[in-house]
Amino acid sequence: MSLIEIRDLHKRFGAVEVLKGIDLDIAAGEVVAIIGKSGSGKSTLLRCMNGLESHEAGSITVGGKVLLQDEEHLRALRLEVGMVFQQFNLFPHLTAGRNVMLSPMVVKGLAEAEAKPIAEKVLARVGLAEKFGSFPDQLSGGQQQRVAIARALAMNPKALLCDEITSALDPELVNEVLAVVKSLAADGMTLAMVTHEMRFARDVCDRVLFMHQGRIHESGRPEDVFASPKTPELQQFLGALS
Amino acid sequence: MIDFTAWDIVRNLLLAARWTVALSLVAFALGGLVGLLVLFARVGRAKPLRWGAVAFIEVFQGTPLLMQLFLVFFGLPLVGVDTPAWFAACLALTLWTAAFLAEIWRGCVESVPKGQWEASASLAMNYLQQMRHVVLPQALRLAVPPTVGFSVQVVKGTALASIIGFVELSKASTMITNASFQPFTVYGAAAAAYFLLCFPLSAWSRRLERTLHVAHRN
Ligand SMILES: Nc1ncnc2c1ncn2[C@@H]1O[C@H](COP(=O)(O)OP(=O)(O)OP(=O)(O)O)[C@@H](O)[C@H]1O
Ligand SMILES: [Mg+2]
Repeated sequence: MSLIEIRDLHKRFGAVEVLKGIDLDIAAGEVVAIIGKSGSGKSTLLRCMNGLESHEAGSITVGGKVLLQDEEHLRALRLEVGMVFQQFNLFPHLTAGRNVMLSPMVVKGLAEAEAKPIAEKVLARVGLAEKFGSFPDQLSGGQQQRVAIARALAMNPKALLCDEITSALDPELVNEVLAVVKSLAADGMTLAMVTHEMRFARDVCDRVLFMHQGRIHESGRPEDVFASPKTPELQQFLGALS
Repeated sequence: MIDFTAWDIVRNLLLAARWTVALSLVAFALGGLVGLLVLFARVGRAKPLRWGAVAFIEVFQGTPLLMQLFLVFFGLPLVGVDTPAWFAACLALTLWTAAFLAEIWRGCVESVPKGQWEASASLAMNYLQQMRHVVLPQALRLAVPPTVGFSVQVVKGTALASIIGFVELSKASTMITNASFQPFTVYGAAAAAYFLLCFPLSAWSRRLERTLHVAHRN
Protein backbone atom coordinates (compact mmCIF):
# COMPACT_ATOMS: atom_id res chain seq x y z
CA MET A 1 0.00 0.00 0.00
CA SER A 2 1.23 3.48 -0.81
CA LEU A 3 2.02 5.92 1.93
CA ILE A 4 0.30 8.74 0.05
CA GLU A 5 -2.61 8.11 -2.30
CA ILE A 6 -4.16 10.91 -4.29
CA ARG A 7 -7.27 10.23 -6.32
CA ASP A 8 -8.78 12.58 -8.89
CA LEU A 9 -7.81 15.67 -6.94
CA HIS A 10 -9.38 18.92 -8.09
CA LYS A 11 -8.56 22.39 -6.82
CA ARG A 12 -9.71 25.77 -8.02
CA PHE A 13 -8.91 29.34 -7.07
CA GLY A 14 -12.08 31.23 -7.93
CA ALA A 15 -12.82 30.60 -11.57
CA VAL A 16 -9.43 29.06 -12.31
CA GLU A 17 -9.08 25.32 -11.99
CA VAL A 18 -5.47 24.82 -10.91
CA LEU A 19 -5.49 21.04 -10.34
CA LYS A 20 -7.61 19.17 -12.87
CA GLY A 21 -7.68 15.64 -11.57
CA ILE A 22 -4.44 14.43 -10.04
CA ASP A 23 -3.85 10.73 -9.42
CA LEU A 24 -0.67 9.96 -7.58
CA ASP A 25 0.68 7.18 -5.41
CA ILE A 26 3.83 7.64 -3.40
CA ALA A 27 5.27 4.59 -1.71
CA ALA A 28 7.04 4.74 1.63
CA GLY A 29 10.68 5.57 1.04
CA GLU A 30 10.09 6.83 -2.47
CA VAL A 31 11.68 10.06 -3.66
CA VAL A 32 9.57 11.94 -6.17
CA ALA A 33 10.57 15.06 -8.08
CA ILE A 34 7.86 17.35 -9.41
CA ILE A 35 8.87 19.54 -12.31
CA GLY A 36 7.00 21.82 -14.65
CA LYS A 37 6.50 25.38 -15.81
CA SER A 38 5.58 28.23 -13.51
CA GLY A 39 1.87 28.16 -12.78
CA SER A 40 1.42 24.50 -13.65
CA GLY A 41 0.17 23.74 -10.13
CA LYS A 42 3.23 22.17 -8.49
CA SER A 43 3.09 24.19 -5.30
CA THR A 44 -0.66 23.85 -5.09
CA LEU A 45 -0.36 20.07 -5.25
CA LEU A 46 2.21 20.00 -2.44
CA ARG A 47 0.19 22.44 -0.36
CA CYS A 48 -2.91 20.26 -0.74
CA MET A 49 -0.87 17.31 0.49
CA ASN A 50 -0.13 19.27 3.67
CA GLY A 51 -3.64 20.68 4.02
CA LEU A 52 -2.45 24.26 3.51
CA GLU A 53 -4.92 24.40 0.62
CA SER A 54 -8.31 22.74 0.64
CA HIS A 55 -9.55 20.78 -2.36
CA GLU A 56 -13.00 20.63 -3.94
CA ALA A 57 -13.05 17.09 -5.21
CA GLY A 58 -11.06 13.89 -5.03
CA SER A 59 -9.26 12.44 -2.06
CA ILE A 60 -5.91 12.44 -0.33
CA THR A 61 -5.05 9.44 1.82
CA VAL A 62 -1.99 9.30 4.01
CA GLY A 63 -1.05 6.12 5.79
CA GLY A 64 -4.51 4.71 5.08
CA LYS A 65 -6.30 7.70 6.62
CA VAL A 66 -8.42 9.91 4.38
CA LEU A 67 -7.73 13.61 4.77
CA LEU A 68 -10.86 15.46 5.80
CA GLN A 69 -10.75 19.21 5.94
CA ASP A 70 -11.53 19.80 9.59
CA GLU A 71 -8.94 21.03 12.04
CA GLU A 72 -8.42 17.70 13.77
CA HIS A 73 -7.75 15.80 10.57
CA LEU A 74 -5.52 18.52 9.21
CA ARG A 75 -3.35 18.47 12.30
CA ALA A 76 -3.23 14.68 12.29
CA LEU A 77 -2.09 14.82 8.66
CA ARG A 78 0.60 17.37 9.46
CA LEU A 79 2.02 15.11 12.14
CA GLU A 80 2.69 12.59 9.37
CA VAL A 81 3.74 14.93 6.59
CA GLY A 82 6.25 17.73 7.14
CA MET A 83 6.87 20.66 4.85
CA VAL A 84 9.86 22.80 3.91
CA PHE A 85 9.29 26.11 2.14
CA GLN A 86 11.17 28.13 -0.41
CA GLN A 87 11.52 31.07 1.99
CA PHE A 88 12.60 28.93 4.99
CA ASN A 89 9.96 30.58 7.22
CA LEU A 90 12.02 30.11 10.36
CA PHE A 91 10.61 31.84 13.42
CA PRO A 92 12.85 34.93 13.62
CA HIS A 93 12.35 35.50 17.35
CA LEU A 94 13.65 32.05 18.30
CA THR A 95 17.09 30.48 18.10
CA ALA A 96 17.71 27.58 15.73
CA GLY A 97 17.38 25.16 18.64
CA ARG A 98 14.15 26.77 19.83
CA ASN A 99 12.75 26.75 16.30
CA VAL A 100 13.24 23.00 16.28
CA MET A 101 12.01 22.41 19.84
CA LEU A 102 8.86 24.52 19.62
CA SER A 103 6.51 22.09 17.94
CA PRO A 104 7.62 18.96 19.81
CA MET A 105 6.96 20.90 23.00
CA VAL A 106 3.68 22.66 22.25
CA VAL A 107 2.13 20.10 19.91
CA LYS A 108 3.44 16.84 21.29
CA GLY A 109 3.67 18.11 24.83
CA LEU A 110 7.29 17.08 25.37
CA ALA A 111 9.15 18.57 28.28
CA GLU A 112 12.07 20.84 27.50
CA ALA A 113 14.47 18.15 28.68
CA GLU A 114 12.95 15.70 26.21
CA ALA A 115 12.78 18.11 23.28
CA LYS A 116 16.34 19.36 23.61
CA PRO A 117 18.10 16.07 22.75
CA ILE A 118 15.78 15.69 19.77
CA ALA A 119 16.67 19.16 18.57
CA GLU A 120 20.37 18.48 19.03
CA LYS A 121 20.05 15.25 17.11
CA VAL A 122 18.22 16.70 14.11
CA LEU A 123 20.45 19.76 14.00
CA ALA A 124 23.45 17.45 13.95
CA ARG A 125 21.67 15.51 11.22
CA VAL A 126 21.74 18.61 8.98
CA GLY A 127 25.28 19.48 10.05
CA LEU A 128 24.41 22.40 12.30
CA ALA A 129 24.96 21.06 15.81
CA GLU A 130 27.01 24.13 16.72
CA LYS A 131 24.30 26.58 15.62
CA PHE A 132 21.81 25.60 18.32
CA GLY A 133 21.92 29.04 19.92
CA SER A 134 22.06 31.16 16.76
CA PHE A 135 19.15 33.29 15.64
CA PRO A 136 17.97 32.89 12.04
CA ASP A 137 19.39 36.26 11.00
CA GLN A 138 22.80 35.11 12.14
CA LEU A 139 22.73 32.19 9.70
CA SER A 140 23.30 32.01 5.96
CA GLY A 141 20.40 31.12 3.70
CA GLY A 142 21.69 27.59 3.30
CA GLN A 143 22.01 27.18 7.05
CA GLN A 144 18.54 28.59 7.61
CA GLN A 145 17.08 26.14 5.14
CA ARG A 146 18.86 23.27 6.87
CA VAL A 147 17.42 24.41 10.21
CA ALA A 148 13.99 24.42 8.54
CA ILE A 149 14.57 20.83 7.44
CA ALA A 150 15.67 19.91 10.95
CA ARG A 151 12.57 21.60 12.35
CA ALA A 152 10.37 19.42 10.15
CA LEU A 153 12.37 16.29 11.01
CA ALA A 154 11.98 16.89 14.73
CA MET A 155 8.30 16.01 14.39
CA ASN A 156 9.36 12.64 13.03
CA PRO A 157 7.21 12.79 9.88
CA LYS A 158 6.67 9.86 7.57
CA ALA A 159 7.08 12.08 4.52
CA LEU A 160 8.63 15.43 3.75
CA LEU A 161 7.32 17.88 1.16
CA CYS A 162 9.85 20.33 -0.26
CA ASP A 163 8.71 23.25 -2.40
CA GLU A 164 11.66 24.68 -4.34
CA ILE A 165 13.74 24.71 -1.21
CA THR A 166 16.88 25.88 -2.99
CA SER A 167 15.31 28.52 -5.23
CA ALA A 168 15.84 31.38 -2.79
CA LEU A 169 19.48 30.50 -2.18
CA ASP A 170 22.66 31.91 -3.66
CA PRO A 171 24.10 29.33 -6.05
CA GLU A 172 27.03 28.47 -3.80
CA LEU A 173 24.64 27.53 -0.98
CA VAL A 174 22.46 25.18 -2.99
CA ASN A 175 24.63 22.11 -2.66
CA GLU A 176 24.80 22.01 1.13
CA VAL A 177 20.99 21.86 1.22
CA LEU A 178 20.74 19.29 -1.56
CA ALA A 179 23.34 17.16 0.23
CA VAL A 180 21.06 17.05 3.27
CA VAL A 181 18.09 16.05 1.13
CA LYS A 182 20.19 13.41 -0.55
CA SER A 183 21.20 11.89 2.77
CA LEU A 184 17.57 11.87 3.90
CA ALA A 185 16.67 10.04 0.71
CA ALA A 186 19.45 7.55 1.34
CA ASP A 187 18.06 6.96 4.84
CA GLY A 188 14.70 6.02 3.39
CA MET A 189 12.70 9.21 3.99
CA THR A 190 9.70 9.60 1.71
CA LEU A 191 10.17 12.81 -0.22
CA ALA A 192 8.08 14.80 -2.66
CA MET A 193 10.00 17.77 -3.95
CA VAL A 194 9.22 20.50 -6.41
CA THR A 195 12.56 21.40 -7.92
CA HIS A 196 14.32 23.11 -10.78
CA GLU A 197 17.51 21.16 -10.06
CA MET A 198 17.26 18.69 -12.92
CA ARG A 199 20.61 17.10 -12.27
CA PHE A 200 19.59 16.47 -8.67
CA ALA A 201 16.26 15.04 -9.79
CA ARG A 202 18.07 12.71 -12.13
CA ASP A 203 20.66 11.58 -9.58
CA VAL A 204 18.56 11.24 -6.46
CA CYS A 205 14.90 10.75 -7.34
CA ASP A 206 13.12 7.49 -8.03
CA ARG A 207 10.44 9.11 -10.14
CA VAL A 208 9.86 12.37 -11.94
CA LEU A 209 6.43 13.93 -12.43
CA PHE A 210 6.04 16.58 -15.09
CA MET A 211 3.09 18.86 -14.38
CA HIS A 212 1.44 20.81 -17.13
CA GLN A 213 -1.74 22.89 -16.85
CA GLY A 214 -2.91 21.27 -13.64
CA ARG A 215 -2.32 17.69 -14.65
CA ILE A 216 0.49 15.17 -14.30
CA HIS A 217 1.30 15.25 -17.96
CA GLU A 218 4.09 12.72 -18.01
CA SER A 219 5.92 10.71 -15.40
CA GLY A 220 8.44 7.96 -15.13
CA ARG A 221 11.90 7.00 -14.00
CA PRO A 222 14.29 9.95 -14.27
CA GLU A 223 16.57 8.24 -16.77
CA ASP A 224 13.60 7.71 -19.13
CA VAL A 225 11.94 11.04 -18.58
CA PHE A 226 15.08 13.07 -19.12
CA ALA A 227 16.62 10.96 -21.90
CA SER A 228 13.51 10.34 -23.96
CA PRO A 229 10.58 12.59 -23.07
CA LYS A 230 7.46 11.41 -24.88
CA THR A 231 5.15 14.41 -24.94
CA PRO A 232 5.97 17.55 -26.90
CA GLU A 233 5.25 19.66 -23.81
CA LEU A 234 7.95 17.92 -21.77
CA GLN A 235 10.34 17.98 -24.70
CA GLN A 236 9.80 21.71 -24.97
CA PHE A 237 10.15 22.21 -21.20
CA LEU A 238 13.43 20.30 -21.04
CA GLY A 239 14.65 21.93 -24.24
CA ALA A 240 14.11 25.37 -22.76
CA LEU A 241 16.28 24.47 -19.78
CA SER A 242 19.33 23.26 -21.64
CA MET B 1 -12.36 87.32 45.74
CA ILE B 2 -9.78 85.06 47.35
CA ASP B 3 -6.17 85.85 46.71
CA PHE B 4 -4.51 83.11 44.72
CA THR B 5 -0.76 82.83 44.79
CA ALA B 6 1.09 81.01 42.04
CA TRP B 7 1.74 78.24 44.53
CA ASP B 8 -1.96 77.86 45.26
CA ILE B 9 -2.61 77.45 41.57
CA VAL B 10 0.16 74.92 41.08
CA ARG B 11 -0.72 73.00 44.20
CA ASN B 12 -4.36 72.67 43.24
CA LEU B 13 -3.49 71.70 39.72
CA LEU B 14 -1.08 69.03 40.93
CA LEU B 15 -3.73 67.60 43.22
CA ALA B 16 -6.13 67.44 40.30
CA ALA B 17 -3.45 65.99 38.03
CA ARG B 18 -3.49 62.87 40.22
CA TRP B 19 -6.95 62.18 38.85
CA THR B 20 -5.78 62.70 35.31
CA VAL B 21 -3.04 60.17 35.94
CA ALA B 22 -5.40 57.74 37.67
CA LEU B 23 -7.98 57.99 34.91
CA SER B 24 -5.28 57.51 32.26
CA LEU B 25 -3.90 54.43 34.00
CA VAL B 26 -7.29 52.86 34.46
CA ALA B 27 -8.34 53.57 30.89
CA PHE B 28 -5.07 52.30 29.51
CA ALA B 29 -4.90 49.14 31.61
CA LEU B 30 -8.53 48.14 31.21
CA GLY B 31 -8.58 49.37 27.63
CA GLY B 32 -5.57 47.20 26.89
CA LEU B 33 -7.30 44.18 28.39
CA VAL B 34 -10.54 44.75 26.52
CA GLY B 35 -8.52 45.63 23.43
CA LEU B 36 -6.78 42.27 23.59
CA LEU B 37 -10.14 40.49 23.62
CA VAL B 38 -11.35 42.61 20.73
CA LEU B 39 -8.12 41.84 18.88
CA PHE B 40 -8.63 38.09 19.28
CA ALA B 41 -12.19 38.43 18.03
CA ARG B 42 -11.06 40.65 15.17
CA VAL B 43 -8.31 38.36 13.81
CA GLY B 44 -9.95 35.07 14.81
CA ARG B 45 -11.85 32.71 12.59
CA ALA B 46 -15.36 32.96 14.02
CA LYS B 47 -17.29 35.24 11.65
CA PRO B 48 -19.84 36.64 14.15
CA LEU B 49 -17.05 37.56 16.57
CA ARG B 50 -15.08 39.18 13.78
CA TRP B 51 -18.05 41.28 12.69
CA GLY B 52 -18.75 42.22 16.27
CA ALA B 53 -15.17 43.38 16.69
CA VAL B 54 -15.25 45.36 13.45
CA ALA B 55 -18.50 47.05 14.50
CA PHE B 56 -17.08 47.87 17.94
CA ILE B 57 -13.92 49.36 16.47
CA GLU B 58 -15.73 51.33 13.78
CA VAL B 59 -18.26 52.80 16.22
CA PHE B 60 -15.67 53.93 18.74
CA GLN B 61 -13.26 55.21 16.13
CA GLY B 62 -16.00 56.85 14.09
CA THR B 63 -17.66 58.92 16.81
CA PRO B 64 -16.18 61.68 18.98
CA LEU B 65 -14.99 60.60 22.40
CA LEU B 66 -17.12 63.42 23.79
CA MET B 67 -20.30 61.81 22.42
CA GLN B 68 -19.24 58.49 23.89
CA LEU B 69 -18.82 60.14 27.28
CA PHE B 70 -22.24 61.78 27.01
CA LEU B 71 -23.92 58.57 25.91
CA VAL B 72 -22.47 56.63 28.82
CA PHE B 73 -23.04 59.41 31.35
CA PHE B 74 -26.62 60.18 30.31
CA GLY B 75 -27.50 56.81 28.78
CA LEU B 76 -26.76 54.43 31.65
CA PRO B 77 -29.03 56.29 34.12
CA LEU B 78 -31.86 55.86 31.60
CA VAL B 79 -31.59 52.10 32.03
CA GLY B 80 -31.41 52.47 35.76
CA VAL B 81 -27.65 52.30 36.32
CA ASP B 82 -26.34 54.83 38.79
CA THR B 83 -23.54 56.55 36.90
CA PRO B 84 -21.19 58.92 38.71
CA ALA B 85 -18.90 61.01 36.52
CA TRP B 86 -15.79 59.02 37.41
CA PHE B 87 -17.46 55.78 36.39
CA ALA B 88 -18.75 57.17 33.11
CA ALA B 89 -15.30 58.59 32.36
CA CYS B 90 -13.54 55.29 33.12
CA LEU B 91 -16.00 53.27 31.09
CA ALA B 92 -16.05 55.51 28.02
CA LEU B 93 -12.28 55.98 27.98
CA THR B 94 -11.71 52.25 28.46
CA LEU B 95 -13.91 51.34 25.50
CA TRP B 96 -12.45 54.09 23.36
CA THR B 97 -8.89 53.00 24.21
CA ALA B 98 -9.77 49.36 23.57
CA ALA B 99 -11.03 50.15 20.08
CA PHE B 100 -7.90 52.04 19.09
CA LEU B 101 -5.46 49.57 20.65
CA ALA B 102 -7.23 46.62 19.03
CA GLU B 103 -6.90 48.30 15.65
CA ILE B 104 -3.23 49.19 16.22
CA TRP B 105 -2.49 45.64 17.30
CA ARG B 106 -4.43 44.14 14.42
CA GLY B 107 -2.06 45.92 12.07
CA CYS B 108 0.89 44.41 13.94
CA VAL B 109 -0.56 40.89 13.86
CA GLU B 110 -1.30 41.19 10.16
CA SER B 111 2.18 42.39 9.35
CA VAL B 112 3.59 39.07 10.57
CA PRO B 113 4.29 37.31 7.25
CA LYS B 114 1.91 34.65 5.96
CA GLY B 115 4.83 32.21 5.83
CA GLN B 116 4.97 32.23 9.63
CA TRP B 117 1.36 31.03 9.79
CA GLU B 118 2.01 28.39 7.17
CA ALA B 119 5.20 27.10 8.75
CA SER B 120 3.58 26.81 12.16
CA ALA B 121 0.48 25.19 10.65
CA SER B 122 2.64 22.68 8.80
CA LEU B 123 4.17 21.79 12.18
CA ALA B 124 0.69 20.78 13.35
CA MET B 125 0.12 23.72 15.68
CA ASN B 126 -3.46 24.82 16.27
CA TYR B 127 -4.66 28.40 16.02
CA LEU B 128 -4.04 29.33 19.63
CA GLN B 129 -0.58 27.75 19.62
CA GLN B 130 0.29 29.64 16.45
CA MET B 131 -0.86 32.89 18.01
CA ARG B 132 0.76 32.30 21.36
CA HIS B 133 4.15 31.02 20.24
CA VAL B 134 4.73 32.39 16.76
CA VAL B 135 2.59 35.36 15.79
CA LEU B 136 2.04 37.37 18.98
CA PRO B 137 5.72 37.39 20.04
CA GLN B 138 6.59 38.91 16.69
CA ALA B 139 3.60 41.24 16.65
CA LEU B 140 4.39 42.38 20.20
CA ARG B 141 7.74 43.79 19.23
CA LEU B 142 6.10 45.78 16.45
CA ALA B 143 3.31 46.89 18.76
CA VAL B 144 5.26 48.41 21.62
CA PRO B 145 6.19 51.80 20.09
CA PRO B 146 2.74 52.67 18.68
CA THR B 147 1.09 51.45 21.88
CA VAL B 148 3.23 53.70 24.04
CA GLY B 149 2.61 56.46 21.50
CA PHE B 150 -1.13 56.01 21.81
CA SER B 151 -0.97 56.37 25.59
CA VAL B 152 -0.37 60.07 24.91
CA GLN B 153 -3.78 60.23 23.24
CA VAL B 154 -5.32 58.59 26.30
CA VAL B 155 -3.81 61.18 28.64
CA LYS B 156 -5.08 64.02 26.48
CA GLY B 157 -8.42 62.25 26.06
CA THR B 158 -9.02 62.35 29.82
CA ALA B 159 -9.42 66.15 29.53
CA LEU B 160 -12.86 65.56 28.02
CA ALA B 161 -14.02 63.95 31.25
CA SER B 162 -14.09 67.47 32.68
CA ILE B 163 -17.20 68.18 30.63
CA ILE B 164 -19.29 65.65 32.54
CA GLY B 165 -17.99 67.11 35.80
CA PHE B 166 -15.14 64.77 36.67
CA VAL B 167 -12.58 66.90 38.49
CA GLU B 168 -9.26 66.19 36.86
CA LEU B 169 -6.66 68.59 35.54
CA SER B 170 -8.87 70.42 33.03
CA LYS B 171 -11.92 70.70 35.23
CA ALA B 172 -9.73 71.90 38.10
CA SER B 173 -8.21 74.54 35.81
CA THR B 174 -11.64 75.89 34.99
CA MET B 175 -12.63 75.95 38.65
CA ILE B 176 -9.44 77.70 39.71
CA THR B 177 -9.80 80.17 36.86
CA ASN B 178 -13.33 80.98 37.97
CA ALA B 179 -12.07 81.69 41.46
CA SER B 180 -8.79 83.44 40.62
CA PHE B 181 -9.56 85.26 37.34
CA GLN B 182 -6.13 84.33 36.00
CA PRO B 183 -7.08 82.17 33.02
CA PHE B 184 -3.81 82.53 31.16
CA THR B 185 -1.67 81.56 34.13
CA VAL B 186 -3.93 78.69 35.15
CA TYR B 187 -4.44 77.18 31.71
CA GLY B 188 -0.76 77.74 30.90
CA ALA B 189 0.20 75.80 34.00
CA ALA B 190 -2.32 73.07 33.16
CA ALA B 191 -0.97 72.77 29.64
CA ALA B 192 2.54 72.51 31.06
CA ALA B 193 1.36 69.72 33.36
CA TYR B 194 -0.13 67.82 30.40
CA PHE B 195 3.07 68.32 28.51
CA LEU B 196 5.13 66.93 31.39
CA LEU B 197 2.92 63.86 31.41
CA CYS B 198 2.90 63.33 27.67
CA PHE B 199 6.36 64.30 26.54
CA PRO B 200 8.20 61.46 28.33
CA LEU B 201 5.74 59.01 26.82
CA SER B 202 6.16 60.20 23.27
CA ALA B 203 9.93 60.47 23.68
CA TRP B 204 10.00 56.94 25.04
CA SER B 205 7.87 55.71 22.15
CA ARG B 206 10.28 57.25 19.64
CA ARG B 207 13.25 55.69 21.40
CA LEU B 208 11.61 52.29 21.47
CA GLU B 209 10.92 52.58 17.79
CA ARG B 210 14.59 53.26 17.12
CA THR B 211 16.02 50.55 19.36
CA LEU B 212 13.50 47.90 18.32
CA HIS B 213 14.11 48.80 14.72
CA VAL B 214 17.84 48.35 15.15
CA ALA B 215 17.35 45.05 16.94
CA HIS B 216 14.94 43.92 14.27
CA ARG B 217 15.70 40.34 13.43
CA ASN B 218 15.24 39.00 9.92
N1 LIG C 1 -3.76 31.67 -3.29
C1 LIG C 1 -4.01 31.72 -4.62
N2 LIG C 1 -5.05 32.44 -5.08
C2 LIG C 1 -5.33 32.50 -6.40
N3 LIG C 1 -4.62 31.87 -7.35
C3 LIG C 1 -3.56 31.15 -6.95
C4 LIG C 1 -3.20 31.03 -5.58
N4 LIG C 1 -2.11 30.24 -5.49
C5 LIG C 1 -1.81 29.88 -6.75
N5 LIG C 1 -2.68 30.41 -7.63
C6 LIG C 1 -2.67 30.20 -9.07
O1 LIG C 1 -2.68 28.81 -9.30
C7 LIG C 1 -1.85 28.48 -10.39
C8 LIG C 1 -0.85 27.43 -9.97
O2 LIG C 1 -0.02 27.99 -8.98
P1 LIG C 1 1.18 27.19 -8.31
O3 LIG C 1 1.78 28.10 -7.30
O4 LIG C 1 0.70 25.87 -7.86
O5 LIG C 1 2.16 27.00 -9.54
P2 LIG C 1 3.64 26.44 -9.53
O6 LIG C 1 3.65 25.33 -10.50
O7 LIG C 1 4.09 26.16 -8.16
O8 LIG C 1 4.44 27.67 -10.12
P3 LIG C 1 5.90 28.21 -9.74
O9 LIG C 1 6.88 27.37 -10.47
O10 LIG C 1 5.87 29.61 -10.23
O11 LIG C 1 6.05 28.12 -8.26
C9 LIG C 1 -1.21 29.77 -10.86
O12 LIG C 1 -1.91 30.23 -11.98
C10 LIG C 1 -1.39 30.70 -9.70
O13 LIG C 1 -1.54 32.03 -10.16
MG1 LIG D 1 5.51 27.02 -6.83
